[in-house]
Amino acid sequence: MATQTQVAGVGYQAGAKGPGGVFLATLQDWVMTVDHKKIGIMYIVYALLFLAIAGVEALLMRIQLAVPNNHFVSPQTFNRLFTMHGTTMVFFVGMPILFGFGNYLVPLMIGARDMAFPRLNAFSFWVSAFAGFLLYFSYFAGSGLYGAGTAPDVGWFAYAPLTAKVFSPGHSTDYWTLSVLLSGVGSIGTALNIVATTLCMRCKGMKLSRLPLLVWLYFVTSCIAFIAISPLTAAQIMLIIDRYLGGHFFDTQAGGSAVLWMHFFWIFGHPEVYILVLPAFAFANEIIPVFSRKAIFGYPAMVAATVGIGFISMSVWAHHMFTVGMGPAGNTFFTLSTMIIAVPTGIKIFNWLATMWGGNIHFTTPMIFAIAFLFQFLIAGLTGVMLAASPFDWQLGSSYFVVAHFHYVLVGAILFMIFSAFYFWYPKMTGRMMSEKLGKWHFWLFIIGFHLTFDFMHIPGILGMPRRIFTYEADRGWASWNMIVSIGAFVQAIATLIFLYNLISSYFKGQIAGPDPWDAWTLEWSTNSPPPSYNFAQIPTVESRRPLWDIKHPEDPDSRYE
Amino acid sequence: MSTAVAVAHETAGEWKQPSRGIVGMFCLIAAESAIFVIFVVAYIYYTGKSLNGPTPRQVLDIPWFTSVCLLSSSITVHFAVHALQHARVRASALWLAGTILLGGIFLAGTGMEWYRLIYHDGLTISTNLFGTTFYSLVGLHASHVIVGLIMLLAALIFATMGKLGKQHAERLEVLSLYWHFVDAVWVVVFTVVYVLGR
Repeated sequence: MATQTQVAGVGYQAGAKGPGGVFLATLQDWVMTVDHKKIGIMYIVYALLFLAIAGVEALLMRIQLAVPNNHFVSPQTFNRLFTMHGTTMVFFVGMPILFGFGNYLVPLMIGARDMAFPRLNAFSFWVSAFAGFLLYFSYFAGSGLYGAGTAPDVGWFAYAPLTAKVFSPGHSTDYWTLSVLLSGVGSIGTALNIVATTLCMRCKGMKLSRLPLLVWLYFVTSCIAFIAISPLTAAQIMLIIDRYLGGHFFDTQAGGSAVLWMHFFWIFGHPEVYILVLPAFAFANEIIPVFSRKAIFGYPAMVAATVGIGFISMSVWAHHMFTVGMGPAGNTFFTLSTMIIAVPTGIKIFNWLATMWGGNIHFTTPMIFAIAFLFQFLIAGLTGVMLAASPFDWQLGSSYFVVAHFHYVLVGAILFMIFSAFYFWYPKMTGRMMSEKLGKWHFWLFIIGFHLTFDFMHIPGILGMPRRIFTYEADRGWASWNMIVSIGAFVQAIATLIFLYNLISSYFKGQIAGPDPWDAWTLEWSTNSPPPSYNFAQIPTVESRRPLWDIKHPEDPDSRYE
Repeated sequence: MSTAVAVAHETAGEWKQPSRGIVGMFCLIAAESAIFVIFVVAYIYYTGKSLNGPTPRQVLDIPWFTSVCLLSSSITVHFAVHALQHARVRASALWLAGTILLGGIFLAGTGMEWYRLIYHDGLTISTNLFGTTFYSLVGLHASHVIVGLIMLLAALIFATMGKLGKQHAERLEVLSLYWHFVDAVWVVVFTVVYVLGR
């Protein structure tokens, strides 16, 4: 804590130094802060910035694909667009926004004053932020000093040998490699911090069996991050060695293996999906009970299912590689393991439904997003089980069916829960409520746009449209489907603009929230909105999973039943 | 109103949690292990797949002496922590110096091995798959040794300046965990590269 007060002190001293001092002091305060709440908010704002950029890239691609034989962008530009869209959305939108919420909420929920390593926390954020800017700097410097710059165009999984120096000259691929490597360093730092915070910084009485489920899920996510993100770091180091030192890891001319890169990438790539989706589950675990006015159903089962997902997620990666030809043993194993992971996920869905069952459901904006999440995640899971069957995957691998499937997870489940989390915790972070009216507009427009885009995207996939093509001929029967998909994308864009407007206008004009606007039960609602830099004037003591319920209902505390 | 949730019925038992330094180091070790696993897998996968020579059997000698030095440095660093826990700063400094010396010998051994491989046997990182995987795996480990040596050296400098005390025992223990990890990795690398890979 000493560092925290010191840094804040420096900020205020600078502020006292005359005109322009307030702005500089504020800037210095944010740049030099080690406060987990400020770092969390910086993560979130940074992710929103990249969400806008990657969203625009998606729109450009949808304009290009809306009609056949289109020449809105060139094939080269299209390659860059899908590479940058994928890389940005995974590494610089998904990860930072989820880590941002984790940073903000985990210490507050366990009754701590900060993360275990506040300076490491700041370091992780700034490294991740730098990585994002490095990726986009490639647009200016990608091919070196001569000629115009180019962005990476190797796809977000950058299969070898396309990434070899011969096939990807210039430096655009290196920008991709280095930025992904750096973002991995930042993610490992934050994951380490979350684990240490969860294990070592809990307030008195906050046993592991009483941790809010959000904290449990972030803990498991972080543990997955150690084992999943490091292989990507290792693979990127190998790629750098190949490109700069003349190594042969993925050089097929010298006996190297392109398939090895696929394994290394997907050993990261599939657990990464769970790193992204578990925090979304974490939000649902907190939001659904509050608006069903019931305690979560099956807390131990939820924890067990999460840990189960954590373990099984390590053994499913090669379902991304059924079309490579791994042989019957490999295909069978990965088909089975992929289907097995649907079991703990199913347990979670039933627990959420059972939480809502018989509850007094309040259809606020966070809750309707959470309900939409439940339905859409179910459908995304079902197409996942379809693709897990390797013979089915042989037919539809690398088609728009796959693109539709994983966007159903990433948008239909994760992004919906992120929106829900924004509406739910915005009052805590800013002290003001977001507009419910705009929120409802956002929800309905977004859900219509989402289903227009991603329901109909399955169909051209089944009709044989491969992913990553920059245009197609008119006689394939894909044209009308693609037009619907593109229209949906624009509806989603309008909805997102409403959301961004809501975020900004509510900051100035929103209704004052007070410490506990939702009548919720976890510790973050026991302190002011926004919380003071020390979070809690007095470190709380807890006796159950719902400490605020115990305070509000001293005649019938939870601790009697747990 | 920052009402703290203080319902103090439950006073039984002291509230104990693990040390965050040690938890953090174990997390780092988990992440680092995953990196090493990938490099080791690549090494094993590419064993015997080089299209041209030299092969491991032709050029690699088993580094018995330096390996013994590195592994014994785990014992010396353990004694350094133990001494500091009992407030024997001078003994701790001596054990630290011993650890640095043993680690330094190991590093020098690797340096001489690489010099011989590059200038006499003509094996570089771009010669063949063996060169690529060998230098990257052993080099990744050596870079961890270097980081460990720098941190041990910092601890030794603090000790000679009289700024190391019993209150730092836990920090030194965290550092020693890292050093044990570096040694444990060497056991794996040694087995894979010098025993199985030949």
